Amino acid sequence: MTLFPYLVAGWILLAGIYGVVRSRHLVHTVVCVSIAQSSTYVLLLAIGYQRHATAPIFGPANPPDSPVVDPVVQAMTLTDIVVSATVTALLLALVILVAKRHGTVVPDRLHALRG
Amino acid sequence: MGALPALVVVWPIAGACALLVLGRILPRPAVDGLALLIAAVLVFLTVRLLVDANRGPVVTWAGNWQPMPHRTVGIVLVADRFAAALVVLIAGLTAVALLFGWHYFDNLRAHYPALVLLFAAGMCGFALTGDLFDMFVFFELMSVAAYALTGLEIEDPESVQGGLNFGVINSLGAYLCLFGIGLLYAHTGQLGLAQLAGVLAGQQRETVVVVAFALISTGWLVKAAVTPFHFWLADAHAVAPAPVCVLFSGVMAPLGVYGVARLYWATFTVAIPSVAVHRMSLVLAVLTMVVGTVMCMLQRHLKRMLAYSTIAHSGMFLLGVSTLSPAGIAASAIYLCGHAAVKGALFLMAGALLAHYESLDEHRLYGRARRHRLLGVLFVTAAVLLAGFPWSATGLGKALLEESGHSVVLGVLVIAVSAGTGGVVLRAGLRIFWGLGRRPATADDAEETTGAREESDTDTPPGRTPATMLTAVLMLLLAAVTLGLPGVLGAGTGSAAGAFCDPAGYTARALHTVPAALPPAPPEVGWTGIGLGLAALSTTAAVLVAVLGLARVSRATPAGPVRMLHRLHSGHLGDYSAWLVTGCALLTGLLWLP
Amino acid sequence: MSRRTRMVVFVLGAAGVAVLFVLAVLRTPGFGEDRHPYRDAAIDAALRQRTPNVVSSLNFDQRGFDSVGEEAILVAAVIGAATLLRRWSDPAEADEPRPVPAVTRLAGYVLLPVTLLIGADVVVHGHLTPGGGFQGGVVLATGLHLLYIAGDYRALVRARPLDWYEFGEAAGLGAVVLLGVASVLRGAGFLANILPLGTSGQLLSAGVVPLFSCAIGLAVSCGVVVLLAQFLAQYLPTKGDSA
Repeated sequence: MTLFPYLVAGWILLAGIYGVVRSRHLVHTVVCVSIAQSSTYVLLLAIGYQRHATAPIFGPANPPDSPVVDPVVQAMTLTDIVVSATVTALLLALVILVAKRHGTVVPDRLHALRG
Repeated sequence: MGALPALVVVWPIAGACALLVLGRILPRPAVDGLALLIAAVLVFLTVRLLVDANRGPVVTWAGNWQPMPHRTVGIVLVADRFAAALVVLIAGLTAVALLFGWHYFDNLRAHYPALVLLFAAGMCGFALTGDLFDMFVFFELMSVAAYALTGLEIEDPESVQGGLNFGVINSLGAYLCLFGIGLLYAHTGQLGLAQLAGVLAGQQRETVVVVAFALISTGWLVKAAVTPFHFWLADAHAVAPAPVCVLFSGVMAPLGVYGVARLYWATFTVAIPSVAVHRMSLVLAVLTMVVGTVMCMLQRHLKRMLAYSTIAHSGMFLLGVSTLSPAGIAASAIYLCGHAAVKGALFLMAGALLAHYESLDEHRLYGRARRHRLLGVLFVTAAVLLAGFPWSATGLGKALLEESGHSVVLGVLVIAVSAGTGGVVLRAGLRIFWGLGRRPATADDAEETTGAREESDTDTPPGRTPATMLTAVLMLLLAAVTLGLPGVLGAGTGSAAGAFCDPAGYTARALHTVPAALPPAPPEVGWTGIGLGLAALSTTAAVLVAVLGLARVSRATPAGPVRMLHRLHSGHLGDYSAWLVTGCALLTGLLWLP
Repeated sequence: MSRRTRMVVFVLGAAGVAVLFVLAVLRTPGFGEDRHPYRDAAIDAALRQRTPNVVSSLNFDQRGFDSVGEEAILVAAVIGAATLLRRWSDPAEADEPRPVPAVTRLAGYVLLPVTLLIGADVVVHGHLTPGGGFQGGVVLATGLHLLYIAGDYRALVRARPLDWYEFGEAAGLGAVVLLGVASVLRGAGFLANILPLGTSGQLLSAGVVPLFSCAIGLAVSCGVVVLLAQFLAQYLPTKGDSA
């Protein structure tokens, strides 16, 4: 099953968006957004994986010609994690404000923006 | 100077850092002055970049990682004339936003200008970079700054909900996009646009490439607010402070369309059949134009009206791209410049009305702004320009769009969109500043957002409109008129568009190799007799729309399909996300069909 | 839309996306195969720059421009959150801290210096061993919050003059930009690696990579502290409330 990790990534992405669609609580919505994001970590790391290869850090135990996994996707994932953390923080800040101004965090009860 | 593209991106970042450090020490006027100075230097740098790019594209490898045959690492920044002109527009509007923001947010210290500068840095980076993942990074930078800027009015319930809707939908779009970037990287092992083009040169209609392109386009088109990804835009633009809206409508939304166009011409011209891209962009463009115009015409909340008209015009930018020709690109570019100026001016004036009357409801403001005659004249002028008045940049762009499509139906649609969106704004202006027509009913309807009671976003005392604000509006409208005069944007735009649509040229520039072939011949860009006639026609039609709107006594609740469309805009995140996924499937399907 | 309609719209779209995604994945290279052209080029470049940790070489040298953007994202988010949550209560009004078990308190105080040391080590040795400015910065910021776990919010507030952390954040990002501009002034292009590369494996090697990593470490640790402070300040005053 060489496709399995990719399918897992796709599943997590859709599961995250499903969570946003079904959400009854805005904090839950924000968590689902970060679940959707975490699918990209799985995808990127799966792409960079290579069998029987080690971490892309060379040293006495790991001479420069030994096989290593792809460091590019790891650098991308690192960036992605920073993005995820900051976006989650900002969205949670907005949820706190919605809770204060609307007195509810249930998406079905927010009626300020219509039409 | 070779490093200029990189400096354009990091200068506002450095400026934001300086403001954060000095913001606690300096008094308020000094902070505002410093922010404006930083923006002015940014304008200077971008203009300098445009001058350099006119002589030939300015290419710089960040970290000095010059490309080697078959082995490139690092990130390239490519400032061709098109991208350079775009960053000039970004810098100019940033300066306007900071100038007008002078009266905003006295309690925010340096945070407001620092966020605006970081937002500008994100947009400049997105426009200039020639690396797919770097595009994503700067896309996220502009998004994160934009979410915060949208929710700045923390006392206002609509504002914070608008910011949240914007944040969630754009983030989901960005993750779909990153998924696409991942798939493309898995398939090719490259991230640079030019390097990707090299790998994809031998492959046509490869499924993984089509799906990857579709996912990435979804991400960019969410930002461009193309139907059915457009729902967040009305919420966000209606609640963001007016100077921020200038940047949102003027450049942020069009940048999404730019991203798709750049990606297609730099990387995918061979890999994806042009008929598929044409079909995808044409269908979405027409859908967006229709939905945006209909929704715009139903609004009485002034900023929502402007926001829906931005959606409709976003569809027009995409319509220009859908021709897949330099002529269409040139038309979109000119329309973009005119639209940015006119829409920016309108948002600033909506902000001024809000400051004076604490309301954005067209019905409640009926006849109340009679004292602001100058503002009224400017507002009506802007509405007429929005409808595509002859010899204006919006008119020229619109006329070129009609001609580049080679289709009577599309031409009629473009005229209808211009007349519809310009006409309702004109109607609102005539009602608010002149009290024309019968007094409209002011009853609230639970089904719509009226903008009846809004928090003013400035601390300006009611009465006189500040001179800085009038100056900013006047400058923007003058720009819209000047840029449309014969000969101003003509030949330069044509050849820039020609170079933009030249994949071999892009690869050659980015990788410092010799171009394979001559770029396509630049299209003719200028006013024609037919163009002037069509511009006059759409302006007349807009006046007609306005008069009909004024004559109608009370708003009948929309019926049938229009009512359904109206109810789809529910402000509900679940609805928006469901449409996002469906839109993504639709977009992919349109690309994938034979 | 009603919940049902919403689900129908979602399921239709998700089914379409899922089918197309599976079709695409069937055509991607299999999992775990040895075909990574960018990796090979990146490893070559990293070894030439004497940076044994290739991920750090990518983050702070080859694709350093990404890190500038990424750091700007963090700064934007911190300013954004501070702006959105600007009307928080004075931390001094916080409720009297509830008593914390002595074991937790002791563990917190013992782990604090250890965590800070590890964080600093991860930042400084980013070019040699796993880690770097991002990871180390987060460890540093988390370490500081052990003071909070140990139950002493007031100690945390004393150890956390937010003004200084905001300065630190801006200074870290500013230092990265200055590094880039310095290499432009040397005529080497933005963010070029202009320092001597030294001997691979030593602390002072790999050119600007350790400096870049430290600047990012400063910005990330300060940024995360300021970010968390906004949320802690939101939470504390309402601790006793039932709301």
